[in-house]
Amino acid sequence: MDKVLNRLKKVSLKDLLLEKAIYVVLFVLLVTIVIIQPKFLSFGNFKNIFAQSATRIIIALAAGMVLIVQGVDLSAGRMIGLAAVISASLMQQADYAYRMYPHLAEMPIIVPILVVAATCGILGGITGVAVAIFKVPPFIATLAMQLILYGVSSIYFDRPPYGAQPIGGIKKNVTQMATGSIGVGQFQIPYLILIALAVCVIIWVIWNKTKFGKYMFAVGGNPEAAKVSGVNVVRTQIKIYAIAGLMYSMAAVLEVARIGSASNTTGNGYELDAVAACVVGGVSLSGGVGSVGGIVIGVLIFTVINYGLAFIGVNMYWQYVVKGLIILLAVVIDMRKYVKRK
Amino acid sequence: MENEYILEMKSISKLFPGVKALDDVKLQVRPGTVHSLMGENGAGKSTLMKCLFGIYSIDQGEIILDGRKVQFSSPAEALENHVSMVHQELNQVLDQNVMENLWLGRYPIKGGLIDDKKMYEDTMKIFNDLDINVDPKAKVGTLPVSQKQMIEIGKAVSYNAKVIVMDEPTSSLTEKEVEHLFRIIRKLIEKNSSVIYISHKMEEILTISDDVTVMRDGKWIATQLASSLTIDNIIKMMVGREMTERYPQKDTQPSSEILMEVKNLSSASTNFSGINFELHRGEILGVAGLVGSKRTEVLETIFGINQKDEGQILVEGKEVRNRFPGESIKNGFAMLTEERRKDGIFSGLSVAFNLVIDNLDSYIKNGLLNNKLIKIDVDKMIQAFKIKTPSGSQRIGNLSGGNQQKVILGRWLLTHPTILLLDEPTRGIDVGAKYEIYQLINQLVVEGKGIIIVSSEMPELLGICDRILVMSNGHQSGIFDAKDVSQEQIMQASAKFI
Repeated sequence: MDKVLNRLKKVSLKDLLLEKAIYVVLFVLLVTIVIIQPKFLSFGNFKNIFAQSATRIIIALAAGMVLIVQGVDLSAGRMIGLAAVISASLMQQADYAYRMYPHLAEMPIIVPILVVAATCGILGGITGVAVAIFKVPPFIATLAMQLILYGVSSIYFDRPPYGAQPIGGIKKNVTQMATGSIGVGQFQIPYLILIALAVCVIIWVIWNKTKFGKYMFAVGGNPEAAKVSGVNVVRTQIKIYAIAGLMYSMAAVLEVARIGSASNTTGNGYELDAVAACVVGGVSLSGGVGSVGGIVIGVLIFTVINYGLAFIGVNMYWQYVVKGLIILLAVVIDMRKYVKRK
Repeated sequence: MENEYILEMKSISKLFPGVKALDDVKLQVRPGTVHSLMGENGAGKSTLMKCLFGIYSIDQGEIILDGRKVQFSSPAEALENHVSMVHQELNQVLDQNVMENLWLGRYPIKGGLIDDKKMYEDTMKIFNDLDINVDPKAKVGTLPVSQKQMIEIGKAVSYNAKVIVMDEPTSSLTEKEVEHLFRIIRKLIEKNSSVIYISHKMEEILTISDDVTVMRDGKWIATQLASSLTIDNIIKMMVGREMTERYPQKDTQPSSEILMEVKNLSSASTNFSGINFELHRGEILGVAGLVGSKRTEVLETIFGINQKDEGQILVEGKEVRNRFPGESIKNGFAMLTEERRKDGIFSGLSVAFNLVIDNLDSYIKNGLLNNKLIKIDVDKMIQAFKIKTPSGSQRIGNLSGGNQQKVILGRWLLTHPTILLLDEPTRGIDVGAKYEIYQLINQLVVEGKGIIIVSSEMPELLGICDRILVMSNGHQSGIFDAKDVSQEQIMQASAKFI
């Protein structure tokens, strides 16, 4: 009996190290940067890193949910693009010269937010139906959705009277969401960080404190067993894709606020950044495994590479090399966990 | 002088963790004969053949092929040495054509390219010799099982196999196809190959075999000339074992109250029909039958994993629909599935998760799951079931099979079911854990639950059940009182519709 326990303890210690390897990577990365450039250690820098990570964290959490149920979402970037052009067109200042809808009355920001939330929720749900009911492989279903969404957002965006011009003149109270901050003592905390934090808390609660969250992990961990356990696998999968859509729409509004405009290229490529962050953050590509904390760290690692390496003057091209290596390392660790489990 | 035996396996032993799968087994195959290998499910037939074929290594004993001591480390090596096996589950590349499958891994090459013409001619030659009528260019996926099997036999011949093992080749063949198979086997014999033939079908065995070896519980029992045997002889040898104290005493009797009634249950998609039985409160009903008798399918249909086409399920006199597992769980059912790894455990997730996943509603407090409530149940179950794990947060994949099984049983008990469907609840579990599971089952019937157990181990059914329903080839061939029935009778009922 003691022997068994000892063996189990040893295994879990090794597991623990494997599981936390990614925190070690982030730590080493930061220490290296600080050693080369001690000035890096400042509140301003960390504020920037977090603020730059804010929308990516929301996107990555959504993409992470899809990965956890053994899917992958290639449509994320284009869905953000569509939500960006729609919401931007409804959030232009009344006195802006190139309004998409010149005669549209200004409306409270909640209206465009709800419009794009509903749109993306339904579109995500459609992808979910294709995957869950019609058994289209997620890669294909979301690839098709990606193309459709790009087409639709381009049609919406590129039309008379102004054609393919970025939709600008975004209202101040919108851009304020990205640029504004709130004073806490002597520090200014950007709204972006607070919004991302709130999303993290809500998602954490959903994943860990609700039946739906547990079912998500069950469906991802072993769909057959989940079915036998009475979990409605189909409904869970559809919900996941729909919720991911909702979150993309939110990220899109924040992107519009941050950039101050939108076009049909907004969001391009975000899906792969999100998947990379998830993978690095310990989300298993075979499904069923992932944590909010891990995904946040995954996003931060990439921002640190972007921001930190630029800060110490590393050539931009080298940043790609480092990113690639880190993704590889993360997957090697993930596969080792998987192999061991067998 | 020629060897007396083309293949001789001498005192073969093979250990798996917790079980001695083969214990001093011998097999002597004469050249140019059909040698049948018989035994109950789990007697060790397939294991012995896998040892021969290099899929498993043997722990003791030796294998002599054509006068030469051999020990294959892979199926490829066995094939090169003219030993070939037609598996129960055919491993074929369904999207490729017949000849590509036949010559897979050793395509004839001409000028750096695959020589399709030679491949076609070689295939045709083999097929003509054996009287096999299959188009070498047909896609394997489009062919019926019988033809897929012929391809495998053709493949065996293409390796000039001296020994060809056929593991239940006729389990999914029609009578006509069986006749054709037998013609092919006779042709192989004419060419002086030997066939080791594994089947449950007694009549077939006596028709086609020269010699018969019977195994039981991983041991060699007898080898005799087929001409000297009768079906009754064989059954006696297959099941004639002693019952020991392997089962805990059951103190209660089932009540007369009917808990569940199944009327004329049929499912076309899974090929069974006409299932009728009653389950009493406090009763353990066993379901016996050979592999392929559709025992599992009946349970899965009752639980709503498969759809029923006809029939009714009544619980306490009221009809329940059980269209999908969620509905069945609401109706008080629970089902432990046969393949723990495939559809039982969430292997990457914790013991706690695995315990509570079906019962989350009871842990919701203020709209959210409450970890304290979860922990109380998890700790209670770990203790009550003696689950050997350092804590609830341990990954279930790190536990032994027996402990995993206890976790899943615990998961179901937390849903407070009234009817438990247990499919092979003790498969792959060591003897000690088995006993503990039997005790748990006994305790459940004391609480007035009804239990249905599917098992391939007849002594287990006889040891713990009140009544035993026997399935044969998708039909119900009888219900027996466990006290009055013998293993021979069950065996006969199992073969009734084959």
